[in-house]
Amino acid sequence: MSAPAPVVEARELVKTYDGRRVVDGLSFTVAPADCLGLLGPNGAGKTTTIKMVTCFAAPTAGTLSVFGIPVVPANHARIKARLGIMQQDDSLDPDLTVEKNLTIYGSYFGIPAREGARRTADLIRFAELAERRGETIRNLSGGMRRRLMLARALLNEPALLVLDEPTTGLDPQARRLVWERIRTLKRRGTTILLTTHYMDEAAQLCDRLIIVDGGRIVAEGTPDTLVARHVGREVVEVYLGGDRSDDGAVARLAAGPWRSERVGDVLYLYLSDGAGPSFDALAGLHFARRPATLEDVFLTLTGHGLRD
Amino acid sequence: MPYAVPTLRALRIWRRDLESWRRYSVSFLVAALSDPLFYLVGIGYGLGRFVNAIEGVPFAVFLTPGIIAFTAMNSATFETTIGSFTRMSEQKTYAAILATPCSVADIVAGDVLWAASKSTISTAIVLAVTAAFGLVRIPLAPLLLPLGFLIGLMFGALGMVVTAKAPSYDFFNYYFSFVFSVMFLFAGVFFPLASLPPWARGVAWIMPLTHAVNVARALATGVGWGTIPGDLLWMVVVTAAAFAVAERLVRGRIQV
Repeated sequence: MSAPAPVVEARELVKTYDGRRVVDGLSFTVAPADCLGLLGPNGAGKTTTIKMVTCFAAPTAGTLSVFGIPVVPANHARIKARLGIMQQDDSLDPDLTVEKNLTIYGSYFGIPAREGARRTADLIRFAELAERRGETIRNLSGGMRRRLMLARALLNEPALLVLDEPTTGLDPQARRLVWERIRTLKRRGTTILLTTHYMDEAAQLCDRLIIVDGGRIVAEGTPDTLVARHVGREVVEVYLGGDRSDDGAVARLAAGPWRSERVGDVLYLYLSDGAGPSFDALAGLHFARRPATLEDVFLTLTGHGLRD
Repeated sequence: MPYAVPTLRALRIWRRDLESWRRYSVSFLVAALSDPLFYLVGIGYGLGRFVNAIEGVPFAVFLTPGIIAFTAMNSATFETTIGSFTRMSEQKTYAAILATPCSVADIVAGDVLWAASKSTISTAIVLAVTAAFGLVRIPLAPLLLPLGFLIGLMFGALGMVVTAKAPSYDFFNYYFSFVFSVMFLFAGVFFPLASLPPWARGVAWIMPLTHAVNVARALATGVGWGTIPGDLLWMVVVTAAAFAVAERLVRGRIQV
């Protein structure tokens, strides 16, 4: 039996701005009911890729289809009719109430008023904004706005939900509530394409990940396989005070048999099979031993330098 | 970049603009009523006492259609400059709408249609007041309403061109100082252009408001029909050209 047709299919996708290749030959697919995460440092090409998938930017080269429909201007309306897009920036209508924000948005899709009102009532409950339905956007907290943005992206019952940094700027409680709503959608079988630079968010929500840097894919796989393949099982972080930084004990730790990396005052030891340095080797040092995470994968692959 | 044509989806954006305007409608209506009234009383009657009849009509009667055309220009200009810029840049409303089947052409057309609707509303208000004072000829005066709509379309589309190029709100100062105010003073609102030297008349002919005032004056006073077909054609051509340019510029700005 052949695999179901992909919801998004990108082949050798290129986007150039002023001669700079922001996206440089990306190929990926999003399968139905899958949640694909696009990770990468600032300027990696995540948002540009999302813009191309959502008809906001035309690819310079390569092929791109969504729902099996080629993404060209003549098809934009047909594709966007089935897309749900939660943009990075708050784009709620500040002059309208919570309820009107949804009913008016439904009208852009041509959803009849009665049906739009029904979906609005459902989605206000989904977003846990029932008590706020008559208020204007100005009176909502950041978390409430994000939930309303998410609800708005669901008005047309999209076949693909695109979430561009869905929880950036939220406090931990508000983030967890948004995650919980997204997991509810996943259980219902919604296909999701998501960008984030929170590794815990990617680990929590995504079935499959693509890490991009410089417009290219540098790694791809499930969160667990990425961690196992690129980092291992555990990480020891050794915190080096200024006077301990160059002594023999530290040099011996760095020499391995494990992979090690020195970033500023911290020495990272990546333990792939659980076997690590003895307590003697670490005697007198300030250190922590913890399970490897996606954040280690990310920093290993994209480096520790600042990207601004 | 090819030109794009709006669809009926533009009416959905028009609906959105109407909904969000409801909160501000009272202040808009008060301003639409009071501003032209102040011009008419202050300049029409105040200054008019020192001015003899112009082109065979009392000064206030001469001035009224000019004020009507200016009012229509004013409403539409503010809507698609400050208003549309806020929606495009500050509120990201355009980006939000563009995530639906609506296109940039639909959004620009919706905003321009709404600007023209506001022009029609303010035209109706000034018309009602001036008619009550007997300053317009009743039989043809209702035609000033569709004219107000056309003036609104034209200045709505022109304002959108400026908005598409504006990096910030400050940029609109140039348009208001060097285009808007110049037209207010030199497009025939206050005095007949025939009194100007030929070169100045040439400059005035380029100004969109001149043609709007010509048509308004013919409808309100019943004289001066000669140039009307040319004036109307001029307005339609400028409206279409401004829309095409504005749509491309806005598309180049938010969909690249």
